[in-house]
Amino acid sequence: MRVTVKLFAAARAIVGQGEVSIELKEGSTVGDLMEHFFTRHPELKGIAGSLLLAVNREFAERSVNLQEGDEVGVMPPVSGGTDA
Amino acid sequence: MLRITENPLSAEGAISAVTKRTCGAVATFIGVVREFSRGRQVSYLEYEAYPEMAIAKMRQIEEEIRNKWEIEQIAIHHRVGRLGISEASVVIAVSAAHRQPALEACTYAIERLKQIVPIWKKEVSPDGSYWVGMGS
Repeated sequence: MRVTVKLFAAARAIVGQGEVSIELKEGSTVGDLMEHFFTRHPELKGIAGSLLLAVNREFAERSVNLQEGDEVGVMPPVSGGTDA
Repeated sequence: MLRITENPLSAEGAISAVTKRTCGAVATFIGVVREFSRGRQVSYLEYEAYPEMAIAKMRQIEEEIRNKWEIEQIAIHHRVGRLGISEASVVIAVSAAHRQPALEACTYAIERLKQIVPIWKKEVSPDGSYWVGMGS
């Protein structure tokens, strides 16, 4: 199955791409997908603990099963708005 | 009323969008770019959003607010791209019949935005740039 991965902010900077299409084995989870990235981008693994993940625009845990056509978001903790 | 834009924000635009004849109060919050952040001088900020999810999460915040308070309208406008010192990054306007729900909902909206809306900022200073929120 094929999923679309969207990366943002520091995660995008590390991977060097904002959007990637990836072929995964049936039954793969969000965690399996992240291992795919960690192998290729060890620096991403360095911030793994703080990364937020989303499936189809809803925050998701690593245990969530992926389906064909899913959109996965990989992002650092949010920092919008203001520091005021 | 929920918007991510690269254009400068207008507080007056947000206020007039939420003001109805039944309102007795409009509470607003404007977040602006500060020159100093954690002791570092900021040249400018670069905001990035996951736009579709950001709008979905703003919608969630509006639903949470409507479940907690009697409000009329809410506008949340967040700017992305490059922002200079003192430019507005976010404008929130909440209207209600009475001041207390408007003020409380406005405070809640900015606090929740900072928790769940996927928007990030990169601080660019004379000695380099870094993404905020990565434990720095």
